[in-house]
Amino acid sequence: MHFTLKIWRQKNSLARGSFETYNLDDVSPEMSFLEMLDALNKKLVEEDKDPVAFDSDCREGICGSCGMYINGHPHGPVPAITTCHLSMRYFRDSETIWVEPWRAKPFPVIKDLIVDRSALDKIQIAGGFVSVNTGAAPEANSLPVNKEKADEAFDSSICIGCGACVAACKNASAMLFVSAKVSQFALLPQGRVEARQRVRAMIEKMDELGFGNCSNSGACEAECPKQIKLVSIARLKREYYKSY
Amino acid sequence: MAFQIDNLTTMEAFNTKIPDGPLFQKWTKYKSSVRLINPANRKKIEIIVVGTGLSGASAASALGELGYRVKSFCYQDSPRRAHSVAAQGGINAAKNYRNDGDSVFRLFYDMIKGGDFRAREANVYRAAEVSNQVIDHFTALGVPFARDYGGTLDTRSFGGVQVSRTFYSKGQTGQQCLLGAYSSLNRQISRGNVIMYPRREVLDLVLVEGKARGVIARNLITGETERHGAHAVVLATGGYGTIYYLSTLAINSNASAAWKAYKKGAFFANPSFIQIHPTSIPQLNKFQSKLTLMSESLRNDGRIWVPAKKGDKRLANDIPEEERDYYLERRYPAFGNLVPRDVASRAAKERCDAGYGVGDTGLAVYLDFRDAIKARGIKTIQDRYGNLFDMYKTITGINPCEEPMRIYPAGHYTMGGLWVDYELMTNIPGLYAIGEANFSDHGANRLGASSLMQAAGDGYFILPITIGNYLVDEIKELLISTDSKEFADAEKEVIGRLEKLLMIKGKQTASSFHKRLGEIMWNYCGMIRNKKGLEKGLSLVRDLKDEFWKDLNVPGTYKELNMELEKAGRVADYLDFAQLLITDALRRNESCGAHFREEYQTSEGEALRNDEEYAYVAAWEYAGEDKEPVLHREYLKYEEVEPKVRSYK
Repeated sequence: MHFTLKIWRQKNSLARGSFETYNLDDVSPEMSFLEMLDALNKKLVEEDKDPVAFDSDCREGICGSCGMYINGHPHGPVPAITTCHLSMRYFRDSETIWVEPWRAKPFPVIKDLIVDRSALDKIQIAGGFVSVNTGAAPEANSLPVNKEKADEAFDSSICIGCGACVAACKNASAMLFVSAKVSQFALLPQGRVEARQRVRAMIEKMDELGFGNCSNSGACEAECPKQIKLVSIARLKREYYKSY
Repeated sequence: MAFQIDNLTTMEAFNTKIPDGPLFQKWTKYKSSVRLINPANRKKIEIIVVGTGLSGASAASALGELGYRVKSFCYQDSPRRAHSVAAQGGINAAKNYRNDGDSVFRLFYDMIKGGDFRAREANVYRAAEVSNQVIDHFTALGVPFARDYGGTLDTRSFGGVQVSRTFYSKGQTGQQCLLGAYSSLNRQISRGNVIMYPRREVLDLVLVEGKARGVIARNLITGETERHGAHAVVLATGGYGTIYYLSTLAINSNASAAWKAYKKGAFFANPSFIQIHPTSIPQLNKFQSKLTLMSESLRNDGRIWVPAKKGDKRLANDIPEEERDYYLERRYPAFGNLVPRDVASRAAKERCDAGYGVGDTGLAVYLDFRDAIKARGIKTIQDRYGNLFDMYKTITGINPCEEPMRIYPAGHYTMGGLWVDYELMTNIPGLYAIGEANFSDHGANRLGASSLMQAAGDGYFILPITIGNYLVDEIKELLISTDSKEFADAEKEVIGRLEKLLMIKGKQTASSFHKRLGEIMWNYCGMIRNKKGLEKGLSLVRDLKDEFWKDLNVPGTYKELNMELEKAGRVADYLDFAQLLITDALRRNESCGAHFREEYQTSEGEALRNDEEYAYVAAWEYAGEDKEPVLHREYLKYEEVEPKVRSYK
């Protein structure tokens, strides 16, 4: 397969970026999108040119490192997968593909397709935990948890923190991300004890870092590679109102 | 006979610090007699933890809770991304919630036996002992383990054992445990007890007067090198499975920090003990950057088979029952599809090498859910493995409910690692290694669901206690200054090497060298090894190293974000480390666990151990650039169990 790639190149956070055009031949349909970029980078390095910088690590859809806008969609046009799982068989031969970094004010570009997502960690640091010291835990089965609730908590807990929801949102809102953690803990008795403080602290931090508000358009849900549901934002709001 | 220099140093080199007394009282006794540091003094002590996987994140948070000043490092942009996140199947504990006869002793015994009697009894027993605390702690942290309808925790069985002791969160237990540890780390960051340094790569260890006193790290965004001092350094840097290039590891996982510690004098133990996982998705294209694991838990319900007729090209579903060879059930009737990983991997390779493999390459076997779906219904099977099936379908385009999966073994976990004593300290005072980075608990083969268990046990419940016994003598030291000559020299050396890599200006990329190294290692030091092949592999690696230092190209400079430079440094270290690994495999003239030497097998093709001569940990000491490393032997004494031939028939 052959592709024309229009890739956002930006030397560093202060430089002005622009789209560069690359042509790439011999792409096999079994390659993942990142392996296709590896092939491009191999070519660039062999020509002693600066390769395209992008984040990736586990390459099996679970670490949340990778993420880029591909043809106008975070993680590309196929729903419910990360960029590392996006196979080139989903593209048409000779297609022009546009590749951009996450666009959101709280995610400044570091280089090319790499953005600074440390704001997401800061929200977790503000309250995304249950305050229990090592050694203080009771016997695990001493606190039975309703299976349905536990399963629901699990469905929220699988967020990988990639930031696609923020990038997809016209307000650069981190509501889906925050609601996933708040929901997981709100649904479990272990997390109920400090539910009030948690939801307030996380929302305050989210606002402080410049993430926008939710206007219920649902782009985040549509683009989330782990299919976290909008209902968790409803739960977040309920938790927030209840905390006052 | 270049290797005969070791024997004299063997005995005095090892103070394993294993407490006296019966096995089941050692840890209790140790805990009640270990020296303590009062909380006011802990505030004055700094500890560096490198790596934020399950062991590193749990250690940093537990040490922070105790009031130490912790500095935590990871190369990823966030500690949540460390590769423990990808562990799928589960985490073991000796809770005996199933009333199926489980106990701490049985978990210990299964690990010792599974490790083919090449692990240290006292460490393994302790790992089994703290396993129950780990489950309690994760549950309290809000880790959503699977539950039964009555609200209690569910378990499942896992390869190589006959009890059901594996706790799980669907097929993403590692993610849930790691995010639990990440949350406890975040709590300590919020309290100021831990300072987090993400996007840092640790490129050297700094010793002052023979003690580990800090590290040189490179800020991967700015490219600047940084000096960080501490009273002790903990390496939680994971394994070195990416030495095969294609493996189930994250593509940036590497052995560089551990290798630098080795070059500074830390012993490297059993480097050739590498687990090849039996159930990975086979390679699909030549540009492939990694292999994706399909959890071993699938073997609970999936049946592994190949066509009984050589070169049978029919579609799987067209091959009738009587023309299928369920070779694991045939060869190992007692354990069937649940034999340990090393046995399952070799059996798959044996069938494929004999010409019975399936798919275009012939390098795959079937893992079939047809019978399980028939017996238990599609919903139950979907509930158990839904996300794994989805992942398989995403990657291959095949639905495992309709057609059997194709799987093949892949490099996965490294049992070898830095040598540590009972306190998890290396032979360098003040340098600790925990989790996969050390060698101590899995012998020559690791049983499923015991890596999360060991990593969290080391980090939360063992290291925070044992490290005090060293630090109690260090409280008189004020903060460690990084202005000393030792730090300056180490930093200069790090920069010198970065410049050297940049100056080669050849033609080939770091990854292309890595790929070729991986092929050499897979072909000559993979699942099945022999003397001739290992010797050939060693000479090929040496040639490749020469070529690397002549023909590598890294664009750019080191004072900027430069991913090619990061890769080049890791590959350069692997080219050295590979030689140690092969040397270790050559020196171990026996088969044990994952280390299978063709020359040493029974008439039925099973591994043949040699306890008389090789019941030891091979701890290698660096002897200088291009010099033969020195072998120290820690002989393993078994007091509670008697080494037996491992049989799963």
